[in-house]
Amino acid sequence: MRIASTIPSPFAPAFPAAAPAGPRSADDRLAAAWAALEAVPDPEIPVVSIRDLGILRDIRLSDDGATVEAIITPTYSGCPAMSQIEEDVGRALEAAGLAPWRVRTVLAPAWTTDWITEAGRASLRAYGIAPPGRCGSQDSEMGAGAAVRPLRFVPRATQVIACPHCGSTHTEELSRFASTACKALHRCLDCREPFDYFKPY
Amino acid sequence: MMQTPIADDRSLDRTADLARTAPLQYVLRLADNALILGQRNAEWCGHGPALEEDIALANISLDLIGQARLLYTHAGELEGRLTGRARQEDEYAYWREEREFRNWTLLELPHTGPLAGTARTERDYAVTIMRNFLYGALMAALWPALETSQDAGLAAIAAKSAKEARYHLQHAAGWVVRLGDGTDASHVRMQRALDHLLPYMNECFAPDPVEQAAADQGVAVPTASLRDDWEAIVHATLEDATLRLPAPSAFVSTGKLGVHSEHMSYLLAEMQGLARAHPGAQW
Repeated sequence: MRIASTIPSPFAPAFPAAAPAGPRSADDRLAAAWAALEAVPDPEIPVVSIRDLGILRDIRLSDDGATVEAIITPTYSGCPAMSQIEEDVGRALEAAGLAPWRVRTVLAPAWTTDWITEAGRASLRAYGIAPPGRCGSQDSEMGAGAAVRPLRFVPRATQVIACPHCGSTHTEELSRFASTACKALHRCLDCREPFDYFKPY
Repeated sequence: MMQTPIADDRSLDRTADLARTAPLQYVLRLADNALILGQRNAEWCGHGPALEEDIALANISLDLIGQARLLYTHAGELEGRLTGRARQEDEYAYWREEREFRNWTLLELPHTGPLAGTARTERDYAVTIMRNFLYGALMAALWPALETSQDAGLAAIAAKSAKEARYHLQHAAGWVVRLGDGTDASHVRMQRALDHLLPYMNECFAPDPVEQAAADQGVAVPTASLRDDWEAIVHATLEDATLRLPAPSAFVSTGKLGVHSEHMSYLLAEMQGLARAHPGAQW
């Protein structure tokens, strides 16, 4: 399951190399790291950045102040893009002249679609993917913490899902599972176009 | 070239070591459950009864194998602390022998009714759905309960897995109702699948020293304590599906003790063959 390729994927994004910088303060390095990682797209949905998706959790300096540490978290347990994301983050930091760096993966708190930013949701919609409804996650940056999550084994249609093409809310589910782990397939009953729906998670 | 043989698993069972090794053994059981069901369900990839179901089963397997990878990675760290030698996820998946796998027998059974030995028949989607439903209903209760485990690594994995298990359960429960309350033919097949599989659930709820020792340390949650929640979901869905609950059975399978059905070795041969033919291969 380990991929030991030294050749970057032909689909991997390119990051422009930064002009060589002299010694930088800790704040400058962190600011440069945030700027560099803003540009790292999600490998499967390249119109949104890993920051907008909530995959990039934090950037900090190691205790001795020497190493830039990027903290990322997986979306789904089996998300096959994690190693690609790790590699892209490393290459972006390298290109920005921020070595030494390391990428750390954390599992808690568990990723939720509530962490997708408003900008990220707008990009998804413009790309043709309906953004997820809210799940009321306790760790949500959007608030609305729900302490009790009732276990529903028949899904209740509480979320109105608008077609990302024409905006109609007259839509229906075609398949609960679709092209990637994080999406379901829906269709619009007005413009007749099928579209991906980012599942609330 | 042989890999370093894995330490004799029986050493982990010695009573004197039980308290020390129970958290590791418990995590490995959860990992084996996820991996073996993930492997079984992946058999439908390219053979699903409809394109949507083909994709659904592949996606569910992706989640399960993802959960297994996280759990094996965590188990490797726990084992490293016990023995001084951490193991990698692939060592657990590809280099252990049948007796070292501790998954529930339910999860290794083929997608068919009762079969003996090497007998073969067409896969039956009713069995696939019923197993996903029975297992999913339990995991949708067990994962949230494990979110407060004293083992922080396990609690983090449980929080992710809980979300996935709920979605899997919704998928399976929807089909149990559609097929159970469907045509005469689909009803008969669903009832047969339930009669075949339900006795294997006894193992999932049977208390044993490993689970108890891990629960005493706040790491595990005894599945027996979740039985009422599980039954509430299962009974309500079966009623909607017009399926009849079979009479209770005293049969208790023993996969979690390492004693598996005759189907397990075939599953492992298919899953492990490539890795064993090319030890240490990278791509």
